[in-house]
Amino acid sequence: MNASVEALGASPRVVEARDIPALLGVILESGYRLLGPTVRDGAIVYDEISGARDLPEGVGQEQTNGRYRMKARGDHALFGYTVGPHAWKRFLFPASLRLFGVSREKRALHVEREPDDPRPVALLGVRPCDLAAIARQDRVLLGGALADPSYRARRETALIVAVQCGSPEGNCFCASLGTGPRASSGFDLALTERIGDGRHDFVVEIGSESGARLLGRIESRPASAEELAECRAFGRRAASAMGRALDVTGLKELLEASVESPRWEEIAGRCMSCANCTMVCPTCFCATVVDASDLAGVSAERRRQWDSCHTLDFSYIHGGSIRRSPASRYRQWMTHKLATWVDQFGETGCVGCGRCITWCPVGIDLTEEARVLKEGRPRPAA
Amino acid sequence: METLDPLLAEHPFLSGLTPPQIATVAGCARNERFEAGQFLFHEGEEANHFFIIRHGKVAVDVAAPPRGGITIQTVADGEILGWSWLVPPYRWRFSAQAKELTRTIALDARCLRQKCEEDHELGYELLKRFADVVGQRLDATRIQLLDVYAAEPAGRHR
Amino acid sequence: MTEVLEASPAVSPLAASGAGPDPMLPVPFVVERTQHETADTFTLELLRPGGGVFAFAPGQFNMLYVFGIGEVPISISGEPAFPQRLVHTTRVVGAVTRGMGALRRGDAIGVRGPFGTHWPVEQAVGCDVVVIAGGIGLAPLRPALYEILAHRERYGRVVLLYGARTPDDILYRRQLREWRGDFDLDVHVTVDRAIGDWRGNVGVVTTLIPRVPFDPYNTVAMICGPEAMMRYTVLELERRGVPSENVWLSLERNMKCGIGLCGHCQCGPKFVCRDGPVFGCRDVWDLMSRREL
Repeated sequence: MNASVEALGASPRVVEARDIPALLGVILESGYRLLGPTVRDGAIVYDEISGARDLPEGVGQEQTNGRYRMKARGDHALFGYTVGPHAWKRFLFPASLRLFGVSREKRALHVEREPDDPRPVALLGVRPCDLAAIARQDRVLLGGALADPSYRARRETALIVAVQCGSPEGNCFCASLGTGPRASSGFDLALTERIGDGRHDFVVEIGSESGARLLGRIESRPASAEELAECRAFGRRAASAMGRALDVTGLKELLEASVESPRWEEIAGRCMSCANCTMVCPTCFCATVVDASDLAGVSAERRRQWDSCHTLDFSYIHGGSIRRSPASRYRQWMTHKLATWVDQFGETGCVGCGRCITWCPVGIDLTEEARVLKEGRPRPAA
Repeated sequence: METLDPLLAEHPFLSGLTPPQIATVAGCARNERFEAGQFLFHEGEEANHFFIIRHGKVAVDVAAPPRGGITIQTVADGEILGWSWLVPPYRWRFSAQAKELTRTIALDARCLRQKCEEDHELGYELLKRFADVVGQRLDATRIQLLDVYAAEPAGRHR
Repeated sequence: MTEVLEASPAVSPLAASGAGPDPMLPVPFVVERTQHETADTFTLELLRPGGGVFAFAPGQFNMLYVFGIGEVPISISGEPAFPQRLVHTTRVVGAVTRGMGALRRGDAIGVRGPFGTHWPVEQAVGCDVVVIAGGIGLAPLRPALYEILAHRERYGRVVLLYGARTPDDILYRRQLREWRGDFDLDVHVTVDRAIGDWRGNVGVVTTLIPRVPFDPYNTVAMICGPEAMMRYTVLELERRGVPSENVWLSLERNMKCGIGLCGHCQCGPKFVCRDGPVFGCRDVWDLMSRREL
């Protein structure tokens, strides 16, 4: 029996796994583009999906420095993994976005803003670290005097279905930053998957009116106090099973004092300036603009594209680049993420998702680099 | 432990100083070594030392972003590095970076300035020698400025 | 370790941000006049189509868009008291500035701005003012001079020290001669090197500082030029007794958006487009002293 929105209230409910396809169906019927996890190209990525059958059922992940593999879990878990190479910024802050078109008639210019995509997006499977990352980007792109209009348009209409974490993977360290393993806000619905001992269901926390409305259209029952306690216990267990840890005490001051540390040069001996870390990082927001015209010189456009402080051109002004050396560029990235971001936005830019560690081809681990800067000596290889 | 007196006494820069004057200078001296790539000092910092290069090579450079650091001179074995300590506001006007392992005798400028205030004879002897160093640097800089190797002379009028 | 299981809720900026005109859309302006200044520098005077004014504060900049080529940040060089004309002096250093240099009267150019912080013209009221410009650095300082001279009675001694590379690189020659003729403005020009018939000062601009009378304890100094020149000028002013909290500089960095969102212009924690380009010396001295920051 479908419960009415009023009857639901805001208390958590329990949804059977078999009713998840109905939930996704309701989201699609409401006009959202459904964006969720799916297996493609050897990884669990985020893409437009058409329903529950596209989810990575029974697929897990193994991640360590510079290494990512999927694995078979041996069960039917729908969200049995943490995060893959994609971050939700690819939908909210697209890698390439047309900003405007310009046409030239005689000598006059006519500028026309690219209209925003009218279809709202539903983000399915957002981990708490990624919720925190979205909040970081909200602060950067909307919190200043001049906000990013296309980001705001997408964010205002986005539906967020979060998935709470119970099993961290090898590079996770959200607990160090207080961004997980469980989230208490920032979502419309938050699912905690429970699988094993013959059951497969989801405890669903309601975070908004939209979430309640959608949930009200499928089967669910109230969650008991014991069930909620069990969810919290999952979180506690996860918090103590993190793959890594970042010592945040005095971290900003440490980085400020490490501007001339010889460690940057040592890192530069490994870092290839490939910019993978900035591409996979869910909070990195640096972008460039590319202006191009047609051959006739009659119409032109500007596109905004992701950029990376790791590239040599990033800091180019006439005469050369300010940050020429790879050491200065790695220093910029890490110092910005963990220290100057705090000066700029009042919070750290890192959410502990660990993607940069997984996807660095040489496996640089910023938690380890932070430790070396603090203690002054590298940990001997295991 | 050997003192630095004999080393200092031998150095041409200090030749002509009396043994008590050498001893006074030695009292402000110590050995200091810099690895390749290490900065001896940075532009803008307080100039609290000058250096007698015993062995090695130091590049004197200016940070000119975005062109990076521009080396304007190199100082090598036996040469003197640093005169900013003599002139207020006692701040380095340039940076200095060891290009290879460099061993120096570092002289504590605050200590020496004090000694020079107390002993004007010593002060005058040191100033004479430094005036010479600065004069040489100035000549060299002016000639560099002429850009004499350029295909077209600098600042040519149209 | 504290048991932090649930991320604490943050106040969402989503609710707070309001809608407004899109700051990433260039507004077309029309070239009214072009002026060749030196071999590689030119000035454009722009008008807003349909009339209207472009109000700005001295020290601010615009992002100028050349159709199909791209956009660059250029300081505004005109008179704040005459906002009908938007004036930009630019040096040709790449594709966009070369494209700008090829514009002729009647051509269109896109303008976004004004952005950034401004020279402390208000704070300098009641003080001596020393303006020190190196090379193209005179362009962002000119509006400050116009503003100060428009209210001359509010200030003490006003001094302009300007250093160019060679006599051929001196900007705003006619304007400088007019200013030199003023009884209450002290103008000194020098070149780094000169041959031929230059009879004026030769030497870097810092050499002019000891020659000019001003009260160091009651002076506001505004400096613009290459970073190395600004650093040495600050040191020379310090020797003269001007405390660094009375000194302002203008920094330059790569900019793509001009509004603090693209990340390119960061210098340490500062966004040069938004926290600058004009900075109090105290706020950026440490940043300027480090390499590759």
